[in-house]
Amino acid sequence: MDKKYILVKDTRRAGSNQTEHFAGLLAAKIQASPAAEAVQVVRAADIGFYDQGLVLKFLPGGPVYLNVSEADLDRVVRETVVGGRVLEDLAAAGTARQLRVVLRNCGVINPENLEEYIRRDGYRALSRALFEYTPDKVIEEFKKSGLRGRGGAGYPTWLKWHLTRSVPGAEKYVICNADEGDPGAYMDRSILEGDPHSVLEGMIIAGYAIGANHGYFYIRAEYPLAIERIGKAIEQARERGLLGTGILGSDFNFEVDIRLGAGAFVCGEETALIASIEGKRGTPRPRPPYPSVSGLWGKPTSINNVETFANVPVVMTRGGDWFAGIGTEKSKGTKVFAVTGKVKNSGLVEVPMGVTLRQIVFDIGGGVRSGKKIKAVQTGGPSGGVIPEDRLDTPVDYENLQKLGSIMGSGGMIVMDEDDCMVDIAKFYLGFCVEESCGKCAPCRIGTYQLLKILERISEGEGRSEDLDRLRLIAQAMQKASLCGLGQTASNPVLSTLNYFETEYREHIQAKRCRSFKCRDLLTYSIIQSKCKRCRQCFLNCPVQAISGDREVGFYIQLDKCIKCGKCFEVCKFNAIARE
Amino acid sequence: MVRATINGKVVEVEKGTTILDAANQVQVKIPTLCKHPDLISSAACGICIVKVKGSSKMLRACCTPLDNAMEIITHDPEIVSIRRTVLELILSKHPNDCLKCGRNNNCELQRLAADFGIREELFPKYLKDIPKDESTGSIVLEPPKCILCGRCVQVCQQMQDVWALSFLERGFDTRISPAGDIKLGDSPCVRCGQCSAHCPTGAIFEQDDTARVWEALQKPGNYCVVQIAPAVRVSIGEAFGFKPGENFTRRLYALLRRLGFAAVFDTNFGADVTIIEEASEFVERFKNPSPERPLPLITTCCPSWVDFMEKFHHDMIPHFSSCKSPHQILGVLSKTYYASKYNLDPARIVMVSIMPCTAKKYEITRTDEMFASGFQDIDIVLTTRELARMIKQAGVDFPALPDEDPDHILGDYTGAGVIFGATGGVMEAALRTACFYITGQKLDRLEFSETRGLKGVKESSIEIAGNRVGIAVAHGLSNVEYVLNQVREAVKAGRPVPYHFVEVMACPGGCVGGGGQPYGVTDERRSKMSRGLYEDDLNQPIRSSHENPQVQQLYREFLGEPRSEKSESLLHVHYKARPQYRK
Repeated sequence: MDKKYILVKDTRRAGSNQTEHFAGLLAAKIQASPAAEAVQVVRAADIGFYDQGLVLKFLPGGPVYLNVSEADLDRVVRETVVGGRVLEDLAAAGTARQLRVVLRNCGVINPENLEEYIRRDGYRALSRALFEYTPDKVIEEFKKSGLRGRGGAGYPTWLKWHLTRSVPGAEKYVICNADEGDPGAYMDRSILEGDPHSVLEGMIIAGYAIGANHGYFYIRAEYPLAIERIGKAIEQARERGLLGTGILGSDFNFEVDIRLGAGAFVCGEETALIASIEGKRGTPRPRPPYPSVSGLWGKPTSINNVETFANVPVVMTRGGDWFAGIGTEKSKGTKVFAVTGKVKNSGLVEVPMGVTLRQIVFDIGGGVRSGKKIKAVQTGGPSGGVIPEDRLDTPVDYENLQKLGSIMGSGGMIVMDEDDCMVDIAKFYLGFCVEESCGKCAPCRIGTYQLLKILERISEGEGRSEDLDRLRLIAQAMQKASLCGLGQTASNPVLSTLNYFETEYREHIQAKRCRSFKCRDLLTYSIIQSKCKRCRQCFLNCPVQAISGDREVGFYIQLDKCIKCGKCFEVCKFNAIARE
Repeated sequence: MVRATINGKVVEVEKGTTILDAANQVQVKIPTLCKHPDLISSAACGICIVKVKGSSKMLRACCTPLDNAMEIITHDPEIVSIRRTVLELILSKHPNDCLKCGRNNNCELQRLAADFGIREELFPKYLKDIPKDESTGSIVLEPPKCILCGRCVQVCQQMQDVWALSFLERGFDTRISPAGDIKLGDSPCVRCGQCSAHCPTGAIFEQDDTARVWEALQKPGNYCVVQIAPAVRVSIGEAFGFKPGENFTRRLYALLRRLGFAAVFDTNFGADVTIIEEASEFVERFKNPSPERPLPLITTCCPSWVDFMEKFHHDMIPHFSSCKSPHQILGVLSKTYYASKYNLDPARIVMVSIMPCTAKKYEITRTDEMFASGFQDIDIVLTTRELARMIKQAGVDFPALPDEDPDHILGDYTGAGVIFGATGGVMEAALRTACFYITGQKLDRLEFSETRGLKGVKESSIEIAGNRVGIAVAHGLSNVEYVLNQVREAVKAGRPVPYHFVEVMACPGGCVGGGGQPYGVTDERRSKMSRGLYEDDLNQPIRSSHENPQVQQLYREFLGEPRSEKSESLLHVHYKARPQYRK
């Protein structure tokens, strides 16, 4: 039987860290209980919750307890450790909403140990596929499951496999797209690092389904641990006859290689990815022909995302019908999100499709860290858009996000509060796209740059009244005339902020005002003499000596010298610096 | 077949036909920019977008095959507006200095801007100052004018297999450049100029030497001699609104005299001499091949091909004909034979060649052997495009000029000389003479249609006096490797070589499709121009080089026998390996 673990972490921001103390106490109490042998207490460096007092996380699959006091520990050992019952008063509300399908093994097993994976039903799906299913039946099962590509576009997985399978030819390929590149997204990385065998198993099953004997992992070189663990997983699988010739004694052969990406965002686009594997410049090419017809080395190729593959063994073991029972009408299963930004509990969450954004942010994420009002949630990374507060009750699925002007994307989710300026946000994503545009097609190459320049101008107070029309004009041209998904969606951050927050843009342009105080050039700092205690802190901390005066006459900011760094505002303890 | 509608009109085309081509069939011209009929669509510009009913996405007409039941809309206010915005974006990264540009009035981008009625610069310009690259002496690279359509890169890598040009950097900073950001002159570039012939803007163009010619013409004491290459006569008319293939040989002679040349010769004469030398070389090898002089004999009229071979296929050097190219031969003969006969000081003779070719600019100083007489064989090379500009500068009403004859004694040519300008022409001309040399009899046939046409590699065998002669004709450098490998494999396996005679021209279509020819070359134009040359051949009273009376006179009075010591020293060269990294 697997050992159970309890992760312990004192997450209080103030006061000395009591993790060690609590862990010791808990361990002692468990030692004295009947569960002594079965449970191990582990001190965690990060537990995914912040400022929630003592946090206990029961693994695998158990509840998370927040704000546990010393007095609760006896109760916890008696009821939960020994009795297996959840103490509702301590349990974190959000965990109930999570459903771990993809992340089922992450953090539970030793990812470098094949035995642990096998003990948790690992490679049962493969064996079932090889001996109980024909390739067509495998595809049929995935049609039932409704699984769609987790890379962002949501193309039905079964259909991709079916198309690749139907193209005649003995030589076909499976590619695992592990070129995760959205800023702030690390879902794929966590899966590769935490459960490499599930991805590998998914890939072998895909190979069997489409009739391919060769697969490639395309992993970005910035993920060294993921590369190492996938490499080990491949070796272990090969030793156990799970890869190679005559897998598990069947007549199916499959080999896997790793190819490293140099970190170009566009190489996540399937045709650019193929070019990169072939050793060419990583730029997209027009489709059709689609990779399912003419992919790697001109052969039929199915490219699936890491998270998609991690779903595959589950669908095979528990059945398509089971999988289709999770989620919404058109979007089945779960989705892993990397929730970051101004949220209290940032980290990876896995939820069934159809959960609302509000539930993710508030029930699981614990709401806004600063306590300020939430302004928007950004999904889909640089190809996505912002979703304003009043739309947060929308159930998350592929179609709904698209309707809101964003996309599911690979699962990045950034929470924004009132301190976030929407012009600034658009500028940030555009800056990313300008960096990452491959330069092949004109609308994206020049359009992103022109958009960025207009946004920069607006945030510097040089905006002109015609700029909003220009932004829309360029954005539309990029959407319609760019060659690949990157270009077609690169304007989404601009369009969605413009759509929901046009007032903010207008304020920047007309009133030269940034309500979030983000756009430095639009700010003016001054000293409110009635509040100033003449403590000299601003005077001493100003990096450019823009503050003059002395304790006798008071202090003044010389606007021509001020670089608007905000240092005086930060250091003033008396709120005597005005920022507008 | 697929059946669909374009702007409501039913269209039925073969499966795989692009929307762009299908639209042409219902008289719809979708605007394009990066697309070139020679090349696979790179889909870079986004100008040719169209709508398909039922989809919110727009499709690129240039590379999307028409599918059954598609309802295509090629023009509506939204489409036109988007095309216009894309064009404005492209213009925002282009210097728009049309007045000073070599492509003024002949630029695909300019034309599109005119069509779309661009009257202002909608977006601010963000240009990068990248210096011109003039290091090849043949082709000038001006990256700021580049719109990154990718044609030159595809031409250089796929069509020519040279891999000199590539994209460098990414995103907004992307530019074309030799890999490693070295100068083009240090790169594998073979100066074929196909990049310049395919460039839609003024980003790649020929090194302009017209000023040097003007100067030479007016300098007192100079004796300026000019020659025109075969392919020029059937392409120059295009600059004046005539159809490609129309023959302007005799009006060109008149024109060149009007420009001030003292003597007007024809490269076709040089071609006839080339044939005498090369056919002799072939017959010698055919009768008595040796490891030093093996079969097949490979032609060397094309300087890009010679450069390419020295860089990448130097194992084939023993197979190479040592004969100079026709215009070099005519140059050296002008400064020796002609000069002595007419008592001219060769030092005062300025030889100008009008060529369809940018590589010829490089060839004239290729090795010391290009100065074999003590003087430079050819002093200046102009491309067809440069000549067209000179004609316009000179204010000559070219199409209205009367026909004139070339000057003696290096001007009269045979039908064999004129077909040099088309792929397979050198082979055909050589066969006419070689057959005579082998059999000693006039041939019953003069035409070898197996050498003609635009197929990339033409392999065949013909009978000469009971002997089988295997021939191969390749044009477009990417087609060379196949032919050479056939030879290499046969040699390795100890089999008889599949060919005895091989012709290679670097440019698709041969010289008619040369890198210095008028812009907008397509296979249709290539075949029209070739046809023009073959018609000229038919119209010649003499159609074999060895029957050219002036050539016979040349040998009688000056060279002696073919491959005599004199001709070896003046008309022949050696090759050396100059290996270079590629790909």
